[in-house]
Amino acid sequence: MKKRLHKWRLIALLGIVGLVLSGCGEPFLSALKPAGDVAQSQYDLLILSTLIMVLVIIVVIILFVVVLLRFRRKKGDETIPKQIEGSHKLEIIWTVIPILLLIVLAVPTVVTTFDLADTKAMDKKDKDGKTKDALVVNVRANLYWWEFEYPDLGVITSQDLVVPTDQKVYFNLTASDVKHSFWIPAAGGKMDTNTEGVNKFYLEFDSKKAEDSNNLFYGKCAELCGPSHALMDFKVVPKSKSDFEAWAKDMKATKEPVVEGDVAKQGEAVFNKSCIGCHAVTPNDSRPEAARQAPNLSTFGERQKIAGVLDHTEENVKNWIKDPEKYKPGNTMTGTYGELSDSDINALAAYLLELKVEEK
Amino acid sequence: MSTYANKKGFGATIWDYLTTVDHKKIAILYLISGGLFFVIGGLEAMFIRIQLAIPNNDFVSAGFYNEILTMHGTTMIFLAAMPLVFAVMNAVVPLQIGARDVAFPFLNSLGFWLFFFGGVFLNLSWFLGGAPDAGWTSYASLSLHSAGHGIDFYVLGLQLSGFGTLMAGINFLVTIINMRTPGMTYMRMPLFTWSTFVVSALILFAFPPLTVGLVLMMFDRMFGANFFDVAAGGNTIIWEHLFWIFGHPEVYILILPAFGIFSEIFATFSRKRLFGYSSMVFATVLIGFLGFMVWAHHMFTTGLGPIANAIFAVATMAIAVPTGIKIFNWIFTMWGGSVKFTVPMLYAVAFIPTFTMGGVTGIMLASAPADYQYHDSYFVVAHFHYVIVGGVVLGLLAGINFYWPKMFGTMLSEKLGQITFWTFLIGFHLTFFIQHFLGLMGMPRRVFTFLDNQGFNAGNMISTVGAFLMAFGVLVMVINIIITSVKNEKVGNDPWGDGRTLEWAIASPPPFYNFKQLPLVRGLDPYWVEKMEGKKEMTPAEPLGDIHMPNSSILPVTIALGLFVAAFGALYHMDDKSWTLPIIIVGLLITFGSMLIRSVKDDHGFHIHKEELMDDKDKGGKA
Amino acid sequence: MQTDEKFTDATWPAAPEKATLEGKNKYLGFWLFLGGETVLFASLFATYLALKDKVPNGEAALAKDLFELPLTFVATMLLLTSSLTSVYAVYHMKNNHFKQMQAWFVITIALGFGFLGLEIYEFNHYVHEYHHTFTSSAFGSAFYTLVGFHGGHVAFGLMWFISLMVRNARRGLNLYNAPKFYIASLYWHFIDVVWVFIFTVVYLMGMVG
Repeated sequence: MKKRLHKWRLIALLGIVGLVLSGCGEPFLSALKPAGDVAQSQYDLLILSTLIMVLVIIVVIILFVVVLLRFRRKKGDETIPKQIEGSHKLEIIWTVIPILLLIVLAVPTVVTTFDLADTKAMDKKDKDGKTKDALVVNVRANLYWWEFEYPDLGVITSQDLVVPTDQKVYFNLTASDVKHSFWIPAAGGKMDTNTEGVNKFYLEFDSKKAEDSNNLFYGKCAELCGPSHALMDFKVVPKSKSDFEAWAKDMKATKEPVVEGDVAKQGEAVFNKSCIGCHAVTPNDSRPEAARQAPNLSTFGERQKIAGVLDHTEENVKNWIKDPEKYKPGNTMTGTYGELSDSDINALAAYLLELKVEEK
Repeated sequence: MSTYANKKGFGATIWDYLTTVDHKKIAILYLISGGLFFVIGGLEAMFIRIQLAIPNNDFVSAGFYNEILTMHGTTMIFLAAMPLVFAVMNAVVPLQIGARDVAFPFLNSLGFWLFFFGGVFLNLSWFLGGAPDAGWTSYASLSLHSAGHGIDFYVLGLQLSGFGTLMAGINFLVTIINMRTPGMTYMRMPLFTWSTFVVSALILFAFPPLTVGLVLMMFDRMFGANFFDVAAGGNTIIWEHLFWIFGHPEVYILILPAFGIFSEIFATFSRKRLFGYSSMVFATVLIGFLGFMVWAHHMFTTGLGPIANAIFAVATMAIAVPTGIKIFNWIFTMWGGSVKFTVPMLYAVAFIPTFTMGGVTGIMLASAPADYQYHDSYFVVAHFHYVIVGGVVLGLLAGINFYWPKMFGTMLSEKLGQITFWTFLIGFHLTFFIQHFLGLMGMPRRVFTFLDNQGFNAGNMISTVGAFLMAFGVLVMVINIIITSVKNEKVGNDPWGDGRTLEWAIASPPPFYNFKQLPLVRGLDPYWVEKMEGKKEMTPAEPLGDIHMPNSSILPVTIALGLFVAAFGALYHMDDKSWTLPIIIVGLLITFGSMLIRSVKDDHGFHIHKEELMDDKDKGGKA
Repeated sequence: MQTDEKFTDATWPAAPEKATLEGKNKYLGFWLFLGGETVLFASLFATYLALKDKVPNGEAALAKDLFELPLTFVATMLLLTSSLTSVYAVYHMKNNHFKQMQAWFVITIALGFGFLGLEIYEFNHYVHEYHHTFTSSAFGSAFYTLVGFHGGHVAFGLMWFISLMVRNARRGLNLYNAPKFYIASLYWHFIDVVWVFIFTVVYLMGMVG
């Protein structure tokens, strides 16, 4: 018996140690630190279901421990216990009580399911065909990068999703190659980006919670999509309504990139020779989806990360251009632009880091 | 009459197993090959855990990792858990219902060889250009995108072994319906037989959708069809539906036999009849039925809309009710009993809290809006390992320990068994408990690595340590099997001393014809009924007479082998190689030729005559 | 019971297909197999309905362009009649009339071949007249897979009947082969039922649009 108690203590201990070590995860990434109404309602369901389930577990464990303590066979004990067929009373109890517990969970589940699927605001258009009073973002998932199009603003960006806080942000989700899944754990659950059809849902970003996480949330691809699935991260930059509007204005105003300095100018030449076939450098990219084969780089200098995963340094830009396969195996950029000399790469990096839209 | 020879050479033994149609030997074949694939799948799991021990690890490459994770899942489900379940079913069910064999011994053998060749085919992909890499679910857009032949190995290998499974399912259904011994009514059948019965029905209805899904995938990849090609009007969600219409019942196909095994073990080692037998039967049937109504809970985030999500959420929650009934019935079987902690019983006891954990996280997952957070995160990984390992694998380990003496006539070491039990159980909780939190903290599943500074480091390290503990437990189990096989100390009919059902009334291992005279069943737990009346053996239901036995045959091997050969041709056919067509033709000729021989050559079996049976007295097998 | 024992009309059992344990097992096992087949075809039907008229561009043929009632009506009649003739064959099998049984099975096979011929003509027609092929669209893939699976079943059923009849041509009926004839005809009925659904779901509903 000692051994068994020891086991349970050990397991409990390990669980607690694990929790203490990690807290509830990082505020910019954890579903346990909800940073918006959607995540909060899902978190509430999580807590409700956990409480119900812990109740069930406690009952089972108590009965279980009593059985293990009371009914062990002594050595040489040859008595035959009474053969009991069953008990209707008990069986009804453990049929009815779980049903009641499940109803307690099922009702909020159904209500929340419908609440979170309510995207009617996306359909209300004004006479120009723009969405009336909702912000809509078209998310297009591609092999290891994300495109974010703001159809009502007419701008496109990639990898860093900029959203206003304290209002519902609606998403149209689709994928251009294989199925991916769009997930910002801190802001709410995921939804798949399918290769056919468009999925719609909304999220909300709370301004106070955004501050707690330094105005940055992590987004992930949650559906296996190939070798670099693990590296298909994106970042979410929440901004207050006024900051967001300023950002949108800057985006709309950027017609073509303006760079200064000889190295950057030289980089621009390299870029126009080797990269521009796939990458656009202005937020106003009017080409159709199929032509937009690579991330829009107009905000590259302001990005949080290089290629979604590397720290935002000039060194990493160069490394990435030199050998993208090393950092994102299976990406679609490798081998599309020939060999570049070191000086070309230096120039290119200088140019790319100059690409900014926000006025500083 | 192959089994009559006492001492045989190595070649003769191999030939004996290749041609056998005896359910007990087929059980051993399933056990050996399932065990082998279990070890392979376990090694793949260790690769996964080593790679994820620390952030940014480069123990394996990204592409290779995806192959490993795909093969780990596929191998464990189709090539380890399924055959091990079939091993126990084959070894036990005919004995439990007092049958001479299964209804279709030939098909039983064919089913095994199809599974075996399918499994070998799938694993050969490692050496022939790379394994499948789209996950065991092989979602259509990714699997069509996947280069190389990995996915083709997946499609053809699973198709082959799927046919085998379907045959086994039909076989057990007919066996249980038609071949029960006199007095063995449905409501006297042991719970393991009941769960086999329900599981076989699930197989019958769940595998055809998988077959269709695999056919569509095969047509798309090999013959240019457009089922999943969106540009040509195709739709990848069809694959998701077909896969999960199969995939969810599959989970119950695996877990119900484990429930059955545990029911036998709880009753046996508590010396008490199963509490609430009829409600247990009812719960088993209900779980099987509901298992078909809930597949879309795997697709909550696919975008089916709130109505579908709400319906499937509530339907999924409903499954908790019959499962709960079972848990409480098991506890109350022990309540008031005389509980002896043998190794099988340890597994059974540990199963209750472990599986309850897996069950309750299942309910959490059923809550659709919350599932948007859990889905495809490590929370799901933790959940299904709690159910599959905490339920199915513990069940199989318990069953193998429990029935080892019946299958091989010798007991596994209790001491080593306890070491395996403790290390495996502690290692298991260590590995998977923390993964619930990793998932909630934002770690998606199927990632080949994770970046630093995301709060995932400690949890992953703990998980990897646990995995090594589990591996150690399995290693000790292998040693245990080797040692006891070498020692080979023979045991009697009822080595645990508390056997209740018919299989314990017969010699260990039983003679090839099983019961010399079919036993008469006079109640639930028939052997216990006789024991309580002071009898040592069952009352026969018939006078001693000739026993009709089926002939051995090599044809199952050749039929399966032909398909195996043809599958290679089909696989490389899309590369426009000239040699593939002859290979396909040769393979199909072998298969259809064998089938033709089978149908044209009359097979009436043979009879063991009364006189021989009387001489056979001291070999046991008394009814 | 000796399974190859010779019977007279008097000793021939009323249900020869279920007179032995092997026969009983086959009978039940085959019914269960048909249960699985039902799910198989249900999956194919679902796939077909999901992909019906799903084509890449405006030029591809749709269901309402393709199907013509007269042809499929004749095919349906052939198959339905063959189901009836196989009932006669089994009737004679149950009465130990080997010759008559063989004769009715011959008619069944002939009708089956007629059906198969029409189907081949039909497919050929679609491919050449409408460029509606297996690879031209998702609709094409789904159509040929569903109808083709059924056609494959018909072809397999015909081979089955033929090999049974050739094998037993000279030894007549006994309790060993009676279940075989019986389940072969059971299979034939199943194919027939599936066709009724194909006729309704694919052709009739297809023509309505």
